[in-house]
Amino acid sequence: MTTPTKHERRIVIRPPLSLAGTTRDENRKLIREWWAELDAAEDEGRPVANVFVMGSMAEILRTFDMPIAFPEMTSLQTAVRGRSLEYITTAEDAGYSPDICGYVKADVGVHLQGRDHPMGRLPVPSLVVATNLCNTYIKWGEIWERMYDCPVFVFDIPGWRGSGFETKPSSGTFRDDVRYVEAQVRELIALCEEVTGKRFDIDRFRETLAEVNELSRLFQEVLELNQHRPAPFNALTEGINLMGIVNAYRGSPKGTRFLEIAKAEFAERIDSGVGAVPDERFRLLLVGTACYSNFRDFAGLFEDWQGVFAHSDYMSFAGGALDRGVHYDLDRPVESMAEQMVLTTQEAMGGMFWGQDWLTEVVRDWEIDGIVFHGVKSCRTVSTGLPDEREWLLRRRDIPGLFIQSDLVDPRLWSAAQLKNRIDAFFESLESRRAIGARR
Amino acid sequence: MLVAGVDVGSTQTKAVIMNEDREVLGKGLVPTGAKLNEAGQAAFEEALARAGARESDVGFVVGTGYGRYRVEFGDAQVTEISCHARGAVFLFPNTRTVLDIGGQDTKGIKVGPDGEVIDFNMNDKCAAGTGRFLGAASEALEVPLSELGALALSGKNPVKMTTTCTVFAESEILGWLAKGRRVEDVVAGVHKAIASRSVSLLRRVGIEPEVTFTGGVSNNEAMVELISELIGMPVNTSPETHHCGALGAALFALEQVLTGAIPERHGV
Repeated sequence: MTTPTKHERRIVIRPPLSLAGTTRDENRKLIREWWAELDAAEDEGRPVANVFVMGSMAEILRTFDMPIAFPEMTSLQTAVRGRSLEYITTAEDAGYSPDICGYVKADVGVHLQGRDHPMGRLPVPSLVVATNLCNTYIKWGEIWERMYDCPVFVFDIPGWRGSGFETKPSSGTFRDDVRYVEAQVRELIALCEEVTGKRFDIDRFRETLAEVNELSRLFQEVLELNQHRPAPFNALTEGINLMGIVNAYRGSPKGTRFLEIAKAEFAERIDSGVGAVPDERFRLLLVGTACYSNFRDFAGLFEDWQGVFAHSDYMSFAGGALDRGVHYDLDRPVESMAEQMVLTTQEAMGGMFWGQDWLTEVVRDWEIDGIVFHGVKSCRTVSTGLPDEREWLLRRRDIPGLFIQSDLVDPRLWSAAQLKNRIDAFFESLESRRAIGARR
Repeated sequence: MLVAGVDVGSTQTKAVIMNEDREVLGKGLVPTGAKLNEAGQAAFEEALARAGARESDVGFVVGTGYGRYRVEFGDAQVTEISCHARGAVFLFPNTRTVLDIGGQDTKGIKVGPDGEVIDFNMNDKCAAGTGRFLGAASEALEVPLSELGALALSGKNPVKMTTTCTVFAESEILGWLAKGRRVEDVVAGVHKAIASRSVSLLRRVGIEPEVTFTGGVSNNEAMVELISELIGMPVNTSPETHHCGALGAALFALEQVLTGAIPERHGV
């Protein structure tokens, strides 16, 4: 049981794969196009909507040809590019508290610096769409409202009534919830007509919904490929690329085409016996997000031990329920969309506080050795309860878990020595658990 | 053939020399300071001198602690969490729970019968309630660290510390002194605050008997008494528990040699 030191990883020489790099190349191309589209919209005076990964309402907005900007993604990109701290401190200098969401401060910092983002120009939103899934979304929308005087539309989606509540689509409660949300969907449609000056085209809406149905089917297939040993892709490092595209291109044929490319590349890896991490030894499940300001280092701490993230709950909660299966009924599109919103919101909210059943299933189906719970210092919403969830799974299900803490985008909350110590100790415990299991 | 464990902690560096019969032949202890490799070397040499051995007698060295990768003469590295677990079960074979209070870390570790780590919990991002808090109290009160425990035991009316923040400790201690409270009552209050915080951390991994207390603070008799009182069961300590991390590292080193997993150095 000796810990490997960094940079001792060896390169595995293998025959070249014909599809190697196709997913990465397509991702880069699409992300460039996405930025270019936001830029072009501003130049041409077309409206742009700011939306969030949980409840983006891309289906409606795409029907109106409205480009969608994801501030969570653009803030994340400032961190991956090593620039988040300068934007965060700009926001803090303007009076934003050190305690609030790092994504918000990175975004506000870019806006205060003239919208000049490391990858392009952040748009001025003409409309903001948020849901009550995250209270910060609402306050974030209000910041842009004050900055740019744009309307903020907040969906109020009913959640679980309490512990043990079950979402039953046949129940009267569910029908009431759907009617309440459907009315809000129609309000948003009317607002979009006002903002864009276009009429709502129900046939176009159906086409978009059909594309999301297909996107969801492909997304589930891609995730299932990672049940294979070795896992063909790393749900941490490559997962983030998948999530970027399925959000930005939700409802667009480009999104489904991208997943077909990814699926083909990952299938080729499986056929060739190639894993995302050379000589895979540990299969992990990430709960939470990565630390994007130290993304490479974060991933390396696990790869040093030949640990691969075979799955991540981020690929669930930030994917607009694609992983659970979205099935819009194209014969009654608006009502069906409201149904999905209620279903997925209640599952997401429930998953946030009662996630142990889903995690147990993933551990079983993806043959996970251990769960890594990453608490985000500047986000209490997703971090509260993680230590308890970890303890519950260890004590009741004998599933080992590690709790670590840093941040999404704030490098000041990254503590390399502390993280390495905990992660190394976790792998050491997994190793001894394995050795003792083999002996018995 | 001998093996060694070197634990470069945040405050102190410890070393243990062990023979193939798992007998501890020599121990070393030096302040860590800024030069980690030199501290490791100094503790190693001190332990060698006490063992009456030479460096060339040592077949394998395992480094542990925060500075483990800076022990340039080390052959392998293992975290101090695994080392304290292994060392504690070696010292007290019925150990199932380990509390390690070190300079900047407090750890609760749940261990199996073979000394394997089942679970662990540590303080995060903040050194509140660690040995450093005692260090701050020692400086503020001008009482040597080694005398704090005995002084705390003589405090009959402990003050109620509202903070375990190491940074704010000094101002709160001075505040109590300014109110006319006796030094021993302030020291007793400091100990109670640390013990309470450590035990709540320990409860998160689940307390199962026997409990073994390791790390530098395990030499503090008041802390041992308070923790035992709070958890309602006796706590194992010994003169060796201060060196438990280095001891565990030496046991890992011996395991490597005996299983032939990694070639010995010097052709010993």
